[in-house]
Amino acid sequence: MAETATAKRTVKFIITRQDNPEAAPYTEEFEVPYRPNMNVISALMEIQRNPVKADGTKTTPVVWESNCLEEVCGACSMVINGKPRQACSALIDKLEQPVRIAPMKTFPVVRDLVINRERMFQALKRVKAWIPIDGTYDLGPGPRMAETKRQWAYELSKCMTCGVCLEACPNVNDRSSFIGPAAISQVRLFNAHPTGEMNAHERLEALMTDGGIEGCGNSQNCVRSCPKGIPLTTSIAAINKDTTKHMFKKWFTM
Amino acid sequence: MSGNSFYTRKLHSLLGVIPLGLFLIEHALTNYSAFEGGPEKFQKSVHGLHDLPLIFFLELFFIWLPILFHGVYGLYLAFTSNLNTGRFQYGRNWAFALQRITGVLTFIFIIWHLWQIRVQVALGELTTEEFGSKMYDIMHNPAYFVLYLIGVLAATFHFSNGLWAFLVSWGITIGPRAQRISSRICMGIFVIMSVLFILSMFAFRGDEFATVSAVAASTLQLG
Ligand code: SF4
Ligand code: FES
Repeated sequence: MAETATAKRTVKFIITRQDNPEAAPYTEEFEVPYRPNMNVISALMEIQRNPVKADGTKTTPVVWESNCLEEVCGACSMVINGKPRQACSALIDKLEQPVRIAPMKTFPVVRDLVINRERMFQALKRVKAWIPIDGTYDLGPGPRMAETKRQWAYELSKCMTCGVCLEACPNVNDRSSFIGPAAISQVRLFNAHPTGEMNAHERLEALMTDGGIEGCGNSQNCVRSCPKGIPLTTSIAAINKDTTKHMFKKWFTM
Repeated sequence: MSGNSFYTRKLHSLLGVIPLGLFLIEHALTNYSAFEGGPEKFQKSVHGLHDLPLIFFLELFFIWLPILFHGVYGLYLAFTSNLNTGRFQYGRNWAFALQRITGVLTFIFIIWHLWQIRVQVALGELTTEEFGSKMYDIMHNPAYFVLYLIGVLAATFHFSNGLWAFLVSWGITIGPRAQRISSRICMGIFVIMSVLFILSMFAFRGDEFATVSAVAASTLQLG
């Protein structure tokens, strides 16, 4: 008895689709058979297998991106019931129905739920979010990092460049060039590293140009949205302090 | 914006607190003297201010130019922000949205208020002695009273919340606890300043300010 009841249960989805980057978005409704413990990705896979809309007409399969399926790669980020998050960790049992799914429109939409997060990788390059260790000879081991520092730095290193914080930020939009919270937090991470610290000024200076840290307007949506629980607003305030100090240092030593 | 917006934004943030925020506090206190000591005390406060040496330059560099820059650049900043309180109904996000809304309201209110008072003085239509009676007239117009109430609340919120953001942007309050405490203090400042302004608005409705008006009118007629 119970089993037939479960078998008949369906989950309703309202998905915002878009055929190509220039096309106008539209919505389509789907009804997917319920399975215990299903998540948004497994529902999308079901739609891929059987691309039939709720009204019974055929359509093209919905396109999305995913890799790790365990919330570490960030590829499957999309807007689910109004909030940007990872589809692979969005369990249907915990979602209000019908489930509304849309792409993160802060980024250029490639097709359906696939977005282009290129700007985030550009941002990491812009702030030099790496530690330069290449040389013509062996530089030997670098300085050690204090354990207390390592602990909070490790939290910052969990960023998967998923873009959720940029989607949540009211200041990341096409009228502003704000770099977004993620890259600022990465500057804090690489400036905290004992070897990375040697190039700290370069990263700070990158954030002291147009579209840099000054674009933050303190809405603090980012810290509430980050799936990795990264203390983004603390990072931003800490880098505010560092850039302010750097500004005065430059003024008084030039 | 061309040029480096880092410094423009820093200047915008600084001017909002020094001198504009300080001026707003001073303004709240001057007005409050109307509540505390009636027309005489208010008149004394006004004169005290207007008798400052180099008043023209003080006004120009500490009020006019900062307001112009902070206001115009602020309008541009508000334009570059989205308001997404529908999707993210967190307190701080509401404060973010209100900061921009009250900023625009305050700028409009200040222009109107300056037109009613400061520009009339410059045109010779109003003297500092008549401030009390002018306020008496304005506060007795119900529409003006409501508009002033909105303007004053917008200005005090914009300043108090802006002070909170100033502390973050200059890297003074960094951790969540520091920011939570500073937010409580800033909201306290908002309440206190609003009360000061509102009390003075009611004080200006008192009859003693009307008589100043009558006296002023009769002297004018005699002259
Ligand atoms: S900081 Fe958090 S929300 Fe932003 S990109 Fe990194 S993991 Fe995603
Ligand atoms: S697939 Fe990697 S985070 Fe969802």
